[in-house]
Amino acid sequence: MATDDRKILEVKNVKKHFKTVKAVDGVDLHIEKGEYLALLGPNGAGKTTLVEMIEGIQHPDEGEIILQGKHWKGHKEELHHIIGLSLQETRFIDKLTTYETGMLFASFYKLGSKRVNEIIELVGLSEKRNAYVVNLSGGQRQRLALGIALLNKPQILLLDEPTTGLDPNARREIWNILQNLKNEINTSLILTTHYMEEAEVLCDRIVIMDHGKILSQGSMEQIIRLNNFYEIVDFSLHKAPAASWNLQPNTDMCIEWNPEKLSGRLYVKKVQEDMPELFELLNRHNVSINQFNYRKATLDDVFTTLTGRHLNEQES
Amino acid sequence: MKQFYQLLISHFKEIIREPSVIFWGIVFPILMAWGLGIAFTQKPGLTGNIVFIANTSKADILPKTLSSKLNLNKTFSKGQTCYKFNYADKKSGKVELNFYPKTWDEANLMLKKGETSLVIDFKNNNPAFYFDRMNQEAQLLFIHTSGLLEKGPAYFTNLNTHAEPLTLAGTRYVDFLIPGLLGMGIMMSCMWGLSYSLIEKRSKKLLRRMVATPMNKTVFLTSLFTARFTMNIVEAIILVIFAYFYFGLHIQGGIFALILLLTAGNAAFSGLAVLISSRTANPEVGNGLINAIVTPMMVLSGVFFSYHSFPDWIINIIRPLPLTMLNDGVRAVFNEGAGLSETILPTIILIAEGFIFFIAGLKLFKWY
Repeated sequence: MATDDRKILEVKNVKKHFKTVKAVDGVDLHIEKGEYLALLGPNGAGKTTLVEMIEGIQHPDEGEIILQGKHWKGHKEELHHIIGLSLQETRFIDKLTTYETGMLFASFYKLGSKRVNEIIELVGLSEKRNAYVVNLSGGQRQRLALGIALLNKPQILLLDEPTTGLDPNARREIWNILQNLKNEINTSLILTTHYMEEAEVLCDRIVIMDHGKILSQGSMEQIIRLNNFYEIVDFSLHKAPAASWNLQPNTDMCIEWNPEKLSGRLYVKKVQEDMPELFELLNRHNVSINQFNYRKATLDDVFTTLTGRHLNEQES
Repeated sequence: MKQFYQLLISHFKEIIREPSVIFWGIVFPILMAWGLGIAFTQKPGLTGNIVFIANTSKADILPKTLSSKLNLNKTFSKGQTCYKFNYADKKSGKVELNFYPKTWDEANLMLKKGETSLVIDFKNNNPAFYFDRMNQEAQLLFIHTSGLLEKGPAYFTNLNTHAEPLTLAGTRYVDFLIPGLLGMGIMMSCMWGLSYSLIEKRSKKLLRRMVATPMNKTVFLTSLFTARFTMNIVEAIILVIFAYFYFGLHIQGGIFALILLLTAGNAAFSGLAVLISSRTANPEVGNGLINAIVTPMMVLSGVFFSYHSFPDWIINIIRPLPLTMLNDGVRAVFNEGAGLSETILPTIILIAEGFIFFIAGLKLFKWY
């Protein structure tokens, strides 16, 4: 089938249990050639376990994982050649240079110095070509790890939190590399991240996971629309309106009111259309506005409502 | 092949670029051979501190028994009066005895601190000797000193009438020591070098990263062994060359048997290293495990001193230890002129042990 040919990875109803924890609990996922997908979720959501099963180092208890039409079982050698990956934190051999580290890994793919030089160029480490790995900065090490992952021109690239712990500049450098890659070659990417912005900037599709399940997926706009978040107004009032105060929202509007703090949040589809109604109501009750903040809904808003946690929150 | 070559040179660079590796692997064994070799070959024939009981430690009066038999030089250093007896001849070597006048209280203190091991009380001109009967050095000091007090320096001349010093090659302490250091070097290098390298790579998640590529695991381990083996052989050759020129040490037995035996030793300890490092990702746990294996063998397996003075039942436990087999074999080649027929059995056992450890290690081995 023509449509199936485009699917480079299919995850079908995959489950994985560890003793008492359901790390991955029935996940269905597919990714197409050239597609960039972000896997978002708090710590302990099951992202890493899912990625490790895709990498082939863990095996699902139930379900199937199919890469380019092949299972891991019996095709290990072949599949290792089409994936590239970088782990959350890999430390290479301290006293090897950038180039030597590249050569070492290149030899596993039967590649030579030509490709290593290309990669060093690609990830912008030309100046650090002969520096020992131990002397590279955090960002440079992550770029090296990314370069190593790209050596074999992988069909599918798996990056586990590639920018965690990096400063904004270093993070942007990695983003640039990945964006250029997208324009130049037809690699598919699965990226796990804590950073909303990273998912928004880099990825075509976003998958939100928690407790081993997929909560929502789609493009950023789709997720936001799907969950009825468009625009958000935070406001606080000078005094409480009368006890009978009741904002009758039209169907597209939703309000959260905190009577103690005299503040509220409105979720609206289009702020221009819905605001006059609110202002009129406040005027009628003779209530003045203390603060008024308007912004577009972000993925973070969706995420927080879906999982009840912020992305960076540690699981207690 | 490309894989093997790249892995091998990476391991080499990793070893060579760590300056402390060169020190501990090459310089340290030579320093140890040199230091211990010197300490035990240049040692005077008989030396010791002896206390004789006086009323005060400032006593100027020598007991008659002493002054009449021995020609003593009075010295005064570090606030102590000391009467020195020096004697030397070809057969006895250098004899140096220091007599200190002390009160009983002071003498007891010196005994406790180990500053002396023999106390003489010259009551009524009949010397009474006090020493620990379990201490062989004290016994020896007692025998010689009492002989000297009876006969004067002539005692040594009489003693040596029938004594001939050994000059046969292979009977000196260095001859015993160097083969032991070779064996220990191989053990230490394999256990620390290999185990640590594996555990560290696991804790860095580098092993996990590597097995996510088409890298061949067997090639990886083989290259690691090869790099370590080559380093060990280089270290052994340097130590032997040093011992040859500095101490005149000769390999009396078969070179081929020696090479085989050293290879077998490498195999045994490489296998053991893989077994030890097969699971843990915690370098501190690794540290403890390695020490638990290495330390008993260093003490028991006859590196610095012969294990033959241990009780029989302990010797039965010591003999089959890999380091004991290696040391005994290497020593036999160096000093007893042993050839392949004598070393083939330990060689085979060591290789078999290495193989078994390695297979067991692989079964348990965690790549991530």
